[in-house]
Amino acid sequence: MARVGVFVCFCGANIADFVDVPTVVEEAKKIREVKFAVDYKYMCSDPGQQMIRDAIVQYRLTSIVVAACSPRMHEKTFRKALSDAGMNPYLLEVANIREHSSWVHQKDKKAATEKAGDLVRMAVAKSIANEQLHEISVPVTKRALVIGGGIAGIQAALDIADAHIPVTLVERSPSIGGRMAQLDETFPTLDCSQCILTPKMVDVASHPYIELIPYSEVIELNGYVGNYKAKIRKKASYVNFKTCTGCGTCWQKCPVKVPNEYNMGIDKRKAIYTPFPQAVPNKPVIDAEHCTYLLKGKCGICAKFCEKGSIDFKMQDEVIEREIGAVVVATGYDLWDATPYEEYGVGRYKDIINSLEFERMVSANGPTGGLPIRPSDGKVPKTVVFIKCVGSRDKAKGIEFCSKICCMYTAKHAILLHHKVHDSRAYIFYMDIRAAGKGYEEFVNRAQVETGAVYLRGRVSKIYQKGEKLMVRGEDGQLGREVEVEADLVVLATAIIPYKTNPALAQLLGISYDKYGYLSEAHPKLRPVETAKAGIFLAGCTQAPKDIPDTVAQASACAAKVCGLFAGDTMKKDPMISTVNNEFCSGCQNCVQVCPYQAIVTEEIPLGHGAREMRTVAKINEGVCQGCGSCVAVCRSMAINLAGFTDPQIINEIVAI
Amino acid sequence: MEEVKDKIVSIEKPELLAPPDWKPVIVGILCNWCSYAGSDLTGTSRTQYPPNIRIIRVPCSSRVDPWFIIKALQTTADGVLISGCHPGDCHYISGNYYARRRFLVTRELLKMVGFHEHRVQFSWVSAAEGAKFAQVVKKVTEDVVKLGPLHLYKKENFNK
Repeated sequence: MARVGVFVCFCGANIADFVDVPTVVEEAKKIREVKFAVDYKYMCSDPGQQMIRDAIVQYRLTSIVVAACSPRMHEKTFRKALSDAGMNPYLLEVANIREHSSWVHQKDKKAATEKAGDLVRMAVAKSIANEQLHEISVPVTKRALVIGGGIAGIQAALDIADAHIPVTLVERSPSIGGRMAQLDETFPTLDCSQCILTPKMVDVASHPYIELIPYSEVIELNGYVGNYKAKIRKKASYVNFKTCTGCGTCWQKCPVKVPNEYNMGIDKRKAIYTPFPQAVPNKPVIDAEHCTYLLKGKCGICAKFCEKGSIDFKMQDEVIEREIGAVVVATGYDLWDATPYEEYGVGRYKDIINSLEFERMVSANGPTGGLPIRPSDGKVPKTVVFIKCVGSRDKAKGIEFCSKICCMYTAKHAILLHHKVHDSRAYIFYMDIRAAGKGYEEFVNRAQVETGAVYLRGRVSKIYQKGEKLMVRGEDGQLGREVEVEADLVVLATAIIPYKTNPALAQLLGISYDKYGYLSEAHPKLRPVETAKAGIFLAGCTQAPKDIPDTVAQASACAAKVCGLFAGDTMKKDPMISTVNNEFCSGCQNCVQVCPYQAIVTEEIPLGHGAREMRTVAKINEGVCQGCGSCVAVCRSMAINLAGFTDPQIINEIVAI
Repeated sequence: MEEVKDKIVSIEKPELLAPPDWKPVIVGILCNWCSYAGSDLTGTSRTQYPPNIRIIRVPCSSRVDPWFIIKALQTTADGVLISGCHPGDCHYISGNYYARRRFLVTRELLKMVGFHEHRVQFSWVSAAEGAKFAQVVKKVTEDVVKLGPLHLYKKENFNK
């Protein structure tokens, strides 16, 4: 007969204020199998865990129920307490009386207490059917895949490779560097972005433990933590990188001009191009969408002038496979399209640009040689209006969240504008100044004092053209009056959003994302770099808006996680997986069809003891099985069971309510 | 088929009055990665919902055997809520698609034998949708309250 111990937690006031804990204990004691029930202030504390350990020994308990917070929170803690007392850790059940009772029924203590009692009874019933389970150890492939070659991907790849773990870095564009390579100077120190980034880019290319695969995309990921198989599509570059020297003759001779993505379309690049002079690898690729030869079969000038004969128009996309153990996703951000702001005349007036376009203009290697100009007539602007929170924090038109970096880069833009055009003046319309970070507040003060930037707290209601100028009508909330600024140039700090391919990527990786397309971390506070899928980690703006220091910190955190995962030769795996009872298996193979991981195969076994005739049964690969239970529900002969969530356990729970 | 349908006596008995102390019991079977996490978030954000639901955790909505639903209606529940990850976002790649198909068939079957379709409801709640979970529970509870108790052989009748 089962001997169950029940431990009810007060969680300080979190549970005790809204649930009558002693009543729950009394209710638990009424259950026949419960031999011991007690409450305590903090069950997860050391004395609390000691109570569990002592009771296991003293009352010869066969299973344990802890009624406390969500099992997603402290299940591991209590399992450890069980194994410390010499008990199998999987004989534990957690009744979630905090998230599912005390916190959500705060106005009805009686009902909350009753519900808590029910939850305990359900957990007790389930725990009676619990079985002893043992961790499985599986081998680990020690290679990491980093998706995205921006600063996040670069930092993660370098940190992992420095621990002598091989890394495959996949970048979608022809060069690594990402958004940071487009920046001129960085806040709050105004050090040149390229100067601090390019050495890292070169390190990536020359690192013996990093395999850099540019101009390619991950198209498939199979397997499970420690044993993933990735398929990577290398887009045809039409240039043989092995022989190309990067001399540049081809892109000088190419006659096709295409808007330059690196310069936000302000100038043109050629159809054969490297994104920017410091590109890594510094080898050109042919843009198949615009190349005349590839479209019409004529031209081929690049091939004629290439001394090395590196141009290969017959090149095809190539799919390569890599066996990897962990993935770091660092796909970065994009700018939100501000077209919904019709009152600003976005798209109607040429002299309204976004902040990344301004960044390219003031950049020394930018299309205008470092001088901001008006796109309409090429004149240097004297009065520039910066509008913050365009899209961000605007539920009606854009998105609800704060893009986090706009306050700081707008202050930087004001300073850069002052450096480039000395007699200019910046007007900045803002909602709040959010300058939380080391040296950030000082930097904003510097922008206000040093450059004389006029900070106006209020929203812009309208922008209209008056002659050559743009009239910006807004509110000065601090003086409570309407203001109108005659501007030469308007710069919008548009919201930052994840790449539009993020949901598709998340689906192929099997991780979750939020309504904006940001990839979801496993826990917002305590597991900010992991995803819910073991072995997949997040770095940088693919998870949420971030500045460079935060991105680098998160990337290094990812690297630490990957190194931790690869520290041993094998990895422990949760034993909550499916098993087949051959006696019952009829060999219908329904389970084989529904298994999302192809973990089920068939095997032939003798029809009876010593019989020559064979019959087919299902066989589960315990290394591949993730324990979803799809096969259990389709099994007609009830031959499959999922450890930890067996039919008797769940039915016991249902009947016990 | 139509003839058979006509002969079925509905299980629902709206003409019978609910006992004055009757409180509906709803069994919620939630997948671990999205909906259970979402229900935890409801708790963490202190969003209030009716206290009638009893939540059971399963790894994936595809683990839910129609048997569980039938067993729940048979023994303890007046309504059942099954919730999983949004289509396309399944932690186990495709589990929720199997679940969705299975639920549609189960619901048709239950309708066939005379259950009101609001007795068994399905929803997709992600780990970030704490507020949505509260709304779903509220709606299911309201629907079941409207339908009244399920006059089947309940557990207490078994024990007699």
